[in-house]
Amino acid sequence: MNDARDSAPMIRFEHVGMRYGVGPEILRDLTFAIAPCSFQFLTGPSGAGKSTLLKLIMLSLRPTRGVIEMYGSDVARMSETELTMVRRKTGVVFQEFRLLDHLTTFENVALPMRVQGRAEASYRPEVVELLQWVGLGDRMHVLPPVLSGGEKQRAAIARALIAKPEFLIADEPTGNVDPTLARRLLRLFVELHRLGTAIIIATHDYSLMEQFEARRMVLGDGRLHIHEAVLEEPQR
Amino acid sequence: MRGGARGTAASEAEEASGKARVTVPRTAAGEATLFRRQSSLVPQRSIAGRSLVMVIAIMTFLACLAAGAAHLVAGAVNDWTSSIQSEMTIEVRPMPGRDIESDVAAAAEAARKTTGISGVKVYTRAESEALLQPWVGTGLDVTDLPIPRMITLSQEPKARPDTADLSRRLAAIGPAASLDDHRAFISRLSTMANALIVVAVGIVALVLAASALAVGFATRSAVALNHEVVEVLHLVGADDNFVAREFQRRFFALGIEGGALGAAAAAICYFIAGILSTKFASSAAADQMEAVFGSFQFGALGYAIIAMVAMTVAYSTSVVSRMTVKRRLRTMA
Repeated sequence: MNDARDSAPMIRFEHVGMRYGVGPEILRDLTFAIAPCSFQFLTGPSGAGKSTLLKLIMLSLRPTRGVIEMYGSDVARMSETELTMVRRKTGVVFQEFRLLDHLTTFENVALPMRVQGRAEASYRPEVVELLQWVGLGDRMHVLPPVLSGGEKQRAAIARALIAKPEFLIADEPTGNVDPTLARRLLRLFVELHRLGTAIIIATHDYSLMEQFEARRMVLGDGRLHIHEAVLEEPQR
Repeated sequence: MRGGARGTAASEAEEASGKARVTVPRTAAGEATLFRRQSSLVPQRSIAGRSLVMVIAIMTFLACLAAGAAHLVAGAVNDWTSSIQSEMTIEVRPMPGRDIESDVAAAAEAARKTTGISGVKVYTRAESEALLQPWVGTGLDVTDLPIPRMITLSQEPKARPDTADLSRRLAAIGPAASLDDHRAFISRLSTMANALIVVAVGIVALVLAASALAVGFATRSAVALNHEVVEVLHLVGADDNFVAREFQRRFFALGIEGGALGAAAAAICYFIAGILSTKFASSAAADQMEAVFGSFQFGALGYAIIAMVAMTVAYSTSVVSRMTVKRRLRTMA
């Protein structure tokens, strides 16, 4: 963990502000960094701007002020191709899953490979293996509307992981599952983190955060307060 | 590194899922039953496919009719021009103090001496009077009328008679004889025909433009309806070209379908018209039609033109949809 903290940040926000239209600023002066192979929770009350912050990180929105750097490059100066390459390094688990209802579970999970222009034969075994890994081996040819909430959640997680992202963003990944499954999903994320993926999980669930000691990014009144993990920095 | 994650965390995943591992059939037959053809990333139901195909089919039909009409007019004009160009006429007018018969004989002789002229037919006084019958009727004594005499000249195939030399020879005979090589008439005919062809091509262009506009509207609507799909595709790493290609593929299929339907309908119309023109070839109406439009010969070239219009429609549908999607994506970005 400390090795990760010492290396160059994967993502860096500097005095970032965000407002929608002429409304009030939702996010104010956010300055933080996310290191490779790090693990953090993003929390805060409803309406605090968690989803907006995640959208900024996943390059779905542009900030109204400040600088966002990803992998050492200013996002505002990136070309369309560079932005696409950065997105391909990032896996996203959406709160509302955002599976495409007209595609089967297999096709949804395989989507990141398909958009890279790869032939289906080249990734089919990988997708099948991953679907079995998340327990959807027997549901790969059904359409999302047929899946339960938990199954959709796992399909969404599988889609985020299939391209082996360097960075995983999960927005309320345990919001639609029971506490037992939530605990087990958290253990999956922790396992991925130990194997080298940087992870940020947005959640309201304090009991979930208590299960794993990690950096906490707390949003309130548009500002960000960071509580470093106690185990990671016992001397400070 | 991360590839090992699955092996290491497999038991974790199974525990998380609460389900037993499922064995996927690895045989060729098993694969065939499990994996179907990849679905289109743009939901087919989100595009007003049937309506768009009908609009494209109607537009293609109209464009094919216009293009076919231009082809027919061009063919008819070509027939007229070649038949007119193969003949010339010498007119000998009766003039006071001159013997018209000797003028006619001298003009015919001058024509025979001109290179490129293969035949000279002198209309006698009786034949010239007969030419007037359709206008003055029979039974009228036209002996005293000053009727001009005509000499028709046939050209040798592919020869260009020296009309300047012939005109000089006729001028030497006297003021009564003059040569008409139909140049002014051919020029007017060509101008009229070219105008008709330009109008037809303009109609084809307008119809294609209207079709492109309809495709543009349909594409914008499809992109708006599939906003969610487009966003997900972007977030999983698709670039604008990939997204545009997905829409383009779908619209190209619709363009081919609509274009083929419209072209087939137009081809059937011309085919039936061809049969009817042959069947009623001996009727007065068909003669009149043939006088104006020439013989109704659509031919292989006509059908090739129709096929080309259909292909142009399909191609323009594809290009317009791609351009529209890319413009919309830039706006969305």
